Amino acid sequence: MQDIKTEDRSLVGGKGFALAVMARGGLRVPPTLCITLDAYLEFVTTTGIRETILLELGRKSFEDMRWEEIWDTSLRIRNAFLQSPFSEGLRGRLIPPLEAMFSGKAVAVRSSAPGEDSARTSFAGLHESYIHIRGIDSILEHIRLVWASLWSDRALLYRKELGLDVQKSAMAVVIQEMISGERSGVAFGRNPLDPAQAVIEAVYGLNQALVDGTVEPDRWILKRDTGDVISYHEAKREKILAYTPGGVRLELLPSELGGKPPLEPAEIGEVFGLTRKAETIFGSPQDMEWTYRRNLLFTLQSRPITTGSSEPGDTRRWYLTLHRSFENLQGLRRKIEEELIPRMVAEAGEMAQFSLALLSDQELAGEIERRLKIGEKWDEQYKEYCIPFAHGMRLFGQIYNDRVKPENPFEFMDLLGGADMISVKRNRLLETLVRQVRRNPRLAESLRSGRREGIDPGFQKALDSFLAEFADQSWSQARFDRNPKALFTLLLNMALREPPRKGSARRGQKALEKKYFSRFEEDQKEFAAELLNLGRASYRLRDDDNIYLGKIQAQIVAAVEEGKKRLQRQGWFSPAQAEGQDVARALRNPRYRFKKGSIPGMKPEKELAGIRSRQLVGQPASSGIAAGKARVILRAEDLFSFQPGEILVCDAIEPNMTFVVPLAAGIVERRGGMLIHGAIIAREYGIPCVTGIPDATSLIPDGTRVTVDGFLGIVIIGETALPGK
Amino acid sequence: MKEKEQIKEILLELCSSQKLGVLGTHQGGQPYGSLVAFAATSDLKNLVFATTRATRKFANLQSDPRVFMALDNRSNRVADFRKAVAATALGRAREVRGKEREKLAKMYLAKHPHLKEFVTSPTCALVKIRVDVYYLVWRFQNVLEWKVK
Repeated sequence: MQDIKTEDRSLVGGKGFALAVMARGGLRVPPTLCITLDAYLEFVTTTGIRETILLELGRKSFEDMRWEEIWDTSLRIRNAFLQSPFSEGLRGRLIPPLEAMFSGKAVAVRSSAPGEDSARTSFAGLHESYIHIRGIDSILEHIRLVWASLWSDRALLYRKELGLDVQKSAMAVVIQEMISGERSGVAFGRNPLDPAQAVIEAVYGLNQALVDGTVEPDRWILKRDTGDVISYHEAKREKILAYTPGGVRLELLPSELGGKPPLEPAEIGEVFGLTRKAETIFGSPQDMEWTYRRNLLFTLQSRPITTGSSEPGDTRRWYLTLHRSFENLQGLRRKIEEELIPRMVAEAGEMAQFSLALLSDQELAGEIERRLKIGEKWDEQYKEYCIPFAHGMRLFGQIYNDRVKPENPFEFMDLLGGADMISVKRNRLLETLVRQVRRNPRLAESLRSGRREGIDPGFQKALDSFLAEFADQSWSQARFDRNPKALFTLLLNMALREPPRKGSARRGQKALEKKYFSRFEEDQKEFAAELLNLGRASYRLRDDDNIYLGKIQAQIVAAVEEGKKRLQRQGWFSPAQAEGQDVARALRNPRYRFKKGSIPGMKPEKELAGIRSRQLVGQPASSGIAAGKARVILRAEDLFSFQPGEILVCDAIEPNMTFVVPLAAGIVERRGGMLIHGAIIAREYGIPCVTGIPDATSLIPDGTRVTVDGFLGIVIIGETALPGK
Repeated sequence: MKEKEQIKEILLELCSSQKLGVLGTHQGGQPYGSLVAFAATSDLKNLVFATTRATRKFANLQSDPRVFMALDNRSNRVADFRKAVAATALGRAREVRGKEREKLAKMYLAKHPHLKEFVTSPTCALVKIRVDVYYLVWRFQNVLEWKVK
């Protein structure tokens, strides 16, 4: 630290440089060592990781990548770092100084990217930092993880602002002795909201809980020129992030501390003094992290204050909020399981009780609008609670990879799979019907001709119980009970193919589970089990909550359909695709004119002067290889005539349409990601699947032969031989 | 002639400095060229590349194993006419399996470590070209022939 000079700034990164400047300026900072950019550059060059990153980022244009695909990409890059050992040379240069300084001590391993803390740009939290790391091997491993976070999903979102460049970008690392403070916080030398003020926030225990929002801090607003307290906000003090022998843990705050602010008045003055001193050293107001250990004030880091205003319509901040802590995710789970799902079921049930036929046209219009509002409300709840909860899988995956270090960064999915998802249960019930069709030719014939006599009571009973539970599932306009013929066709088609393969997911799951738990110390096993449980719930609910949402959707469809039926009876031309809003208006106002609606779904583009796609690259989402006729799904009706052995090509597989998945030989999907419904269900059935192919439904002509390579994420269109052979 | 003695060294240098080469196959007499990442064994008797089995080049070499591989170190400047070296290797290609695949994959991945996921995929074939002859071209018009066999 003491060797760092002004000209070294670009070598040690923003954080490292700021610490060196503070130490020279007389502030108390923890013992620190900087690993310069050169080490990163040497590592990515000798291991070939630079080319790996180039390949990963070159898969498709960033503009076409969804948030989930960016996460997958960065997870793959992260795994490449974890899988590549240090060269002997690099180890030889890193280990001696680390041992000399930190032997037997816990350290923090922090990112220090050049420019990351400059006044112009503030991207705090885009890169990783790890606390309470012990032992040389663990420190070395975390150095690689910090390096990998140069390519974290968050950093990739801000790649333009960061100027991320595979050839040039590099990351320095700061290794700091861990100061386990009893009280910690942040301090703003100038309030971003009011330039005449300064702000201090404080919590008991470690700072991380404050920074990630898990523990609410006490807050003091001060006069910037005098340090006088202008206002004070007292927190509900209940929790503390504490350092225990087993690691960092969120615990209940001892009751004697609950009634007492973390800082005494004199200490508020001392922390304020810190911001003044830092401002003098750096020449601009600072955003600082500090901690008290045995009443000694330490500065953990300091960076210039920036006003992080984002462009209107910039959704990236929302994406960033999808990263949730373990505690936060557990709260979400309770909210979804104990509150949202029961309410969704109750609300769908209440609507299903309603006799739509008894309503007058005016009343029906009102009912349609009421249901549309209910639908909107649940869409919002879904966005607020269910989407963020999907991060549970991601959190589990990251910790699994850190502990187990599997070669395949998505191995953790096999451990989460096999959860009892509703869509799988529905498909199992369908399968029992199909078994009867397969065994009984007379039954098959009756279903084919639509005659009732060959349908035996056993089948009828199974059919009734299937419909009782799943008739109201809706994907767009498709419902099982609306068109029995369509359901029969589906059953007949399903009977044509071989009985389903056992999903690959369950195989070896026990062994994986054992491997996972073996990587945790005895006193961490409980946490490991809770985390696995959370990951599984996230995996299952990802699918299930859509099914419940589908039940709400089905009730909206039912009311709109009733409206359309009446309009048709009254001699109205009622476009099949008319929106609910239009139907309600037309029911109220006999003079209402329907706007010409566009038909949803993409039409296949015409071949342009002999140009066509021959091979498309997406993401390998479920391994295996399959070839067959492409069946492009543009609208709900297409689903029911799906033939066994076809390749399912669609925009996005919704849980409510996954009943055709067992029929498919392979799956191609526009929407990308390893953790999306299509990918999850494909893995459950062991069907090769490639996701993230932009414009899949327009680039792949319906009926052409395609090959799906689920190992590499490639789709080949057409025969492989040259014409003329 | 100095270069004649050095042909092996020049070829070795070319094979280690260049990552990509152009593979030539044909189908029914229609030639077909593909840019591939290649590696050479230290005796230069074999060139190795990887491809998925669903590709045109793989179908082509399945029906006729006679192929060429063109290598060069051009920099796309006028100086290339004087300085660039180009080589064409003619030989027979076949997919390797088992122990031989393991051995050659190790050598191939030492040169292209970032292709590990690709090469280890069950859908990816590792193909070995047993070279019969090299033609080495330098200083625009000078051509040397080396019969490897």
